[in-house]
Amino acid sequence: MSKPRVKLPDAAKVGDIIEVKTLVSHVMETGQRKTAEGQSIPRNIINAFIAKFAGNEVFKAELLPGISANPYLSFFMKVPGPGEFEFTWVEDGGNKIVQKVKLNVT
Amino acid sequence: MLSRRQFSLGAAAAVSLPLHALAQEQPQPWEQAVKSILGEAKPTEAKLTLDMPEIAENGNTVPFSVRIDSPMTEKDHVRAIHIISTGNPQPGVATFRLTPQSGRAMVSSRMRLARTQDVIAIAELSDSKFLMSKRAVKVTIGGCGG
Repeated sequence: MSKPRVKLPDAAKVGDIIEVKTLVSHVMETGQRKTAEGQSIPRNIINAFIAKFAGNEVFKAELLPGISANPYLSFFMKVPGPGEFEFTWVEDGGNKIVQKVKLNVT
Repeated sequence: MLSRRQFSLGAAAAVSLPLHALAQEQPQPWEQAVKSILGEAKPTEAKLTLDMPEIAENGNTVPFSVRIDSPMTEKDHVRAIHIISTGNPQPGVATFRLTPQSGRAMVSSRMRLARTQDVIAIAELSDSKFLMSKRAVKVTIGGCGG
């Protein structure tokens, strides 16, 4: 799994409501498809996404096969103070991608 | 005495009637999914906007955005947003969990649509009330293809 992409504003003030955009490369295999030989392709998706800021959970998504490949998510957060985001993507089977991004709070 | 024709007609009626009744009583999977979220609660059709294209040329990736008019305070905020598809093999699409720290009750992503169908968004509020909205989307090329 490749490195996810995260977009934050360049700078934010305490109390600002900021948009957080994330994108991760993933096939999001539904489990509904079959190979040319008729064999079922097993489900393999990112089933959860968790966003923490300064150690507190601020947003969570539970994803199902109806979410498109390379899942994109946009959500908002009211900036409580300086801190770092910790984003976690959880794949079926338990593999995790974790990315930390510092928010520039002025 | 029953003729062969009368008998087969009667048998067909006897078999088809209960089957038909059963089909009517059995809720659709998406109806069950909605019920499992709402329970006995009656949702309001206000304050929630589900933005989706009217026509999706590619059902593999259809953008959607859900916005709720909420102050997002400790006392009054959106706890969760559920997305349900009425025409995909699996009705559940995603559940988003929000907190007062979210500041704004708005979430966007992209979903698969196997065919033309209605998409439902349900918001669960901090006072345990529900908001619901439905959007019809025409799909030119279906997603989830095999």
